[in-house]
Amino acid sequence: MNAVGVANTLSLSWYEASARQRVAALVDSGSFVEFIGPEQREMSPHLGIFDLPEQFDDGMIVGQATLRGRAVLVAAQEGRFMGGSFGEVHGAKLTGLLRAAHTLGHDVLILFDTGGVRLQEANAGELAIGEIIRAIVEARAAGVKVIGLIGGRAGCYGGGGLIAGTCSTLIVSEQGRISVSGPEVIETNKGVEEFDSRDRALVWRTMGGKHRYLIGGADVFVDDNATAFRNAAIAALDDVGRFDLTVLEAEQLRLERRLRRFGEARDAADIWASLGVTGPAEVPTLATEDFLRRAADKRETADDAR
Amino acid sequence: MMLADILASLFPTGHDVTVTDDLITGKGTLRGGGSIHVLGIAGEKDLGVDDAVLLAGRVLQIVKAGDGVPILVLIDSSSQRMSRRDELLGLSEYLAHLAKSLLLAEAQGHRTIGLLYGGSAAGAFIATALATGTLVALPGAHPAVMDLPSMARVTKLSIDVLKAKAEATPVFAPGLENLAQTGAIHAVWDADRSLAEQLLALLAEPPEHDTRDRLGADRGGRLKAVAIAQRVVALASASRA
Repeated sequence: MNAVGVANTLSLSWYEASARQRVAALVDSGSFVEFIGPEQREMSPHLGIFDLPEQFDDGMIVGQATLRGRAVLVAAQEGRFMGGSFGEVHGAKLTGLLRAAHTLGHDVLILFDTGGVRLQEANAGELAIGEIIRAIVEARAAGVKVIGLIGGRAGCYGGGGLIAGTCSTLIVSEQGRISVSGPEVIETNKGVEEFDSRDRALVWRTMGGKHRYLIGGADVFVDDNATAFRNAAIAALDDVGRFDLTVLEAEQLRLERRLRRFGEARDAADIWASLGVTGPAEVPTLATEDFLRRAADKRETADDAR
Repeated sequence: MMLADILASLFPTGHDVTVTDDLITGKGTLRGGGSIHVLGIAGEKDLGVDDAVLLAGRVLQIVKAGDGVPILVLIDSSSQRMSRRDELLGLSEYLAHLAKSLLLAEAQGHRTIGLLYGGSAAGAFIATALATGTLVALPGAHPAVMDLPSMARVTKLSIDVLKAKAEATPVFAPGLENLAQTGAIHAVWDADRSLAEQLLALLAEPPEHDTRDRLGADRGGRLKAVAIAQRVVALASASRA
């Protein structure tokens, strides 16, 4: 047994860490128990068709742990395996975890790191996204909180972005990109004039954590380290879990308002200027403390409206 | 089938469904006297922030009215709208909001039925069709996560190689039959029979909880998902005791 509620002393970059390192650093030291771990070798039955290597956990780690003594269920995607993509096994592990959360009444932490649906098993992956979204909504309607943590190398793209949009709280770092169509997808389909995927500054401005935090697309902005994510997750567990007509009507108004306020904006910097953020052009270079100070009272929030 | 023919066959006694800028809204009269809300996307339109919030607003109005009347979502869409503006404004939130609104409606006692009669793909498919309680399709519907040429580019395999692999498994290639085998489609309706009768029969079936993974296993298109999900539930429940 471990001491109750003790953090790992190790501090590491969330962006650089593996999924297993993130889980270990996030929850109370030694408290994580994995379900269907890699020793079970539940691999994708489909990657072999494409002569692609499988991974023993299919890039998804699920289990239970405690967070400062509170029982939670945890899921983490490994962005370095197939871009953290949703395949059949990968998705089913998360679906099962969310269904268990509903039954048990335990809150859930989802550590996103994904490019979206895995194309080699696209139909299974797409359907898994639908099942996961339904399971999240049903758990939330029963009072369960589903907290998304986003700051990995693969970002949170495609169907992963839609799942994130159904979470009760989103915690992001600057590196946490949230989007549906990725930069390359837009460029491939609509041309480089629409989106130049090689313009990395444009990518971060349009999809990155700072922009999402400023427009209310994320609730908490943290430094790129596991301790900051852990502290934010602990705080988020104290929120009241709500999902009902009132919440969605508030979200409806919030999203309509965003279109009215910013629907004509060409660039994220224009939006930051409209928000009244001091020195909008400097936002991408600001350190966390300075950024949060300038964002305070200016940013749109999604409190009780997500 | 064309949308006008579909509406005529669904509602022989009348409807006030209109299509504006490829968005479908209105109400239809069911045989036997009841009614059903109708909304959706037509014309293979791509789904962006503006339309997603309009559709969600309509769903929430229905929920607020609290009449418990079923909702029929008609779908002939493209994918999510792929643009810099949509992503700048947070398209993921708009699509998720639409999905949540449909799921809330169902939780509040409205049967939600998706009728896929044309195309649909990716984010648009997730936010509409996959967020309904029961998804049916008409023959000729052509859902796709990604078309084969794009898939060929991403996987760096030739289209011929992909086509050959698609013969062996329904798991990745586009198409109604493939998606049905994975469990996403409850049933494919018969276009030569009255759609009104088929809709009434469906509404008469008691609503089921999400059974798509079991359906996928039964149909041989998604053999592992249901067992994996069940094992996780069992392990989580056992370790608590």
